[in-house]
Amino acid sequence: MNAWNRQRVAKIAIPIAAWLVGIIFVIPILYMVLTSLHAPQDAQTYPPSWGAPLTLDNYSGLFTSANPITPALINSVITSVISTLLVLALAIPAAYSLSIRPVKKWSDAMFFFLSTKMLPMVAGILPIYLFTTKVINMPDNVIILILLYTAMNLPIAVWMMRSFLAEVPPAIIEAASIDGASTLRILTRIVAPISMPGVAATSLICFIFAWNEQLYAKVLTSVAAQTGPVYVNTLIQTEHAYLAELAAGATLISLPVLIAGFAAQDKLVQGLSLGAVK
Amino acid sequence: MASLTAQLPAATEPAAERPPAAYKKWGRESWKLRAPLLPALVFLIVVTQLPFVATLVMSFMSWSAQPDAPERSFAGFDNFKTVFTTPAYRTAVLNTIEMTVVVVGVSALLALGIALLLNHAFVGRGVVRTMMIAPFLIVPIAAAVFWGNGILMTGFGLVDGVLGQLGVPGAQDIAFLTDHPKLAIEIELIWQWTPFMMLILLAGLQSQDPEVLEAASIDGCNGWQTFVHMTLPHVRRYLELSIVLGTIFIVQNFDSVLGMTGGLNSTNIPFAVYETFYSAKDYGVASALGVVVVIGSLIIATFALRVVSSLLTDEEASR
Repeated sequence: MNAWNRQRVAKIAIPIAAWLVGIIFVIPILYMVLTSLHAPQDAQTYPPSWGAPLTLDNYSGLFTSANPITPALINSVITSVISTLLVLALAIPAAYSLSIRPVKKWSDAMFFFLSTKMLPMVAGILPIYLFTTKVINMPDNVIILILLYTAMNLPIAVWMMRSFLAEVPPAIIEAASIDGASTLRILTRIVAPISMPGVAATSLICFIFAWNEQLYAKVLTSVAAQTGPVYVNTLIQTEHAYLAELAAGATLISLPVLIAGFAAQDKLVQGLSLGAVK
Repeated sequence: MASLTAQLPAATEPAAERPPAAYKKWGRESWKLRAPLLPALVFLIVVTQLPFVATLVMSFMSWSAQPDAPERSFAGFDNFKTVFTTPAYRTAVLNTIEMTVVVVGVSALLALGIALLLNHAFVGRGVVRTMMIAPFLIVPIAAAVFWGNGILMTGFGLVDGVLGQLGVPGAQDIAFLTDHPKLAIEIELIWQWTPFMMLILLAGLQSQDPEVLEAASIDGCNGWQTFVHMTLPHVRRYLELSIVLGTIFIVQNFDSVLGMTGGLNSTNIPFAVYETFYSAKDYGVASALGVVVVIGSLIIATFALRVVSSLLTDEEASR
């Protein structure tokens, strides 16, 4: 095959292969959404009832059932949003002293943050469980989850924020301080505008990880502080046709993550690689 | 254009080589500089490091919360002996290694292939990229329970149904989750983590200088030669990064085991810790398992930190 032919084949084969792969990866999600729109008895048949009538009843059922999803969603929003705000409050000053006005041995501090992320969360869960239930007597409490999620996301946020703050050209800051601008003024007028997209991306990624977390939530909560991911598990009720409602719950709690993820798409890689890849 | 950030210097010089004056300066000058860093450091130490210390202490104690259990006492290495001599725990260790290696290996290869495809311009590339990212943006436990109940479930699962419609005899009775529980979990994890690795690799590919590739093709390199000698060395560091980060997340996987098989013939260490303390209420053994997983993670982490730091310092050197 000569080069010209090969190029023509590639021109056709590459898009076909790419589309095929994309479709394969998205099929489970499409099927989950389709299942969530089928009546319970149509959703779990052999073979699947592809053309069964569509309905939103499963979604409304999640909110109107005897055990509604609403409190779990509220808990998820509270823990994810507040822990993300706490993370930012702790990470931005830390990142500042790791990049713009770096302390000595700042890279050691960076690696300390990173190393805490590498220890599996499950290894500390038992003392945390005993401490919250036996010592401070705060079982089933969102405050505990908020603090744990803050710690869970803090290393990621510090690494991300540092990489964003490091993009602020030092020359500008120097020039401003020579011109007599105060630290506060430098921060609000120069650093903040440049690093705003970074703050937004960091928040979205911390939000996603907090929203997704299930292990701590499952062990440390029962009813009052139950979050969305824990709730979804309770939808597996095999004594009746449960799949449609399960699919609706799974789709519903994934929606905020899909939205946040697509919103942060440009910065997603930078965030997921802890700022190492831009 | 994508690039690796590079502001990290090489490892900090050992303290002994520093002039004494620097110590004084470090002592005085920098409390103001260090202040913004301290809340984050202190918070992280209290919330993440203290529990590990407690786990370590508890791993040497005989401590069960079962109603008929004897009093708490010092147990020496008994809990660790239990971990390494009980077949179920040994299996959990092996399962963790097997699932992590399979998932990370297959995901990395798939991700590289898909990233190479998406590095070409074609109609709808943005759409395909978005479709590819989507699996990573499904809440992990939601993905696991739907894979377990909607896709791989015996009978009404999607796979059995489609196989049946294709005329495979007895498709209705194919029981992936009970016959091949580890494979089922691995497939679900590969589906969820390939997009993550693909994103990092695609960023790497797009940071490659197109002029270099053009020059190679003018000089008569064919596609394969260009790939092996130019593209692969260039994306190697991105590949390492995606493997390291993927490993860190996948070793800790709990949601897929819980959501798909409930641990049936597929228990990994995180799930074993959970069961030992939550159901069996054996706090001593659960802690010992926790310590084992920490030691394993420290080995991975040492390697991971080296990759991350070489990544950052390499780039520094090349500037």
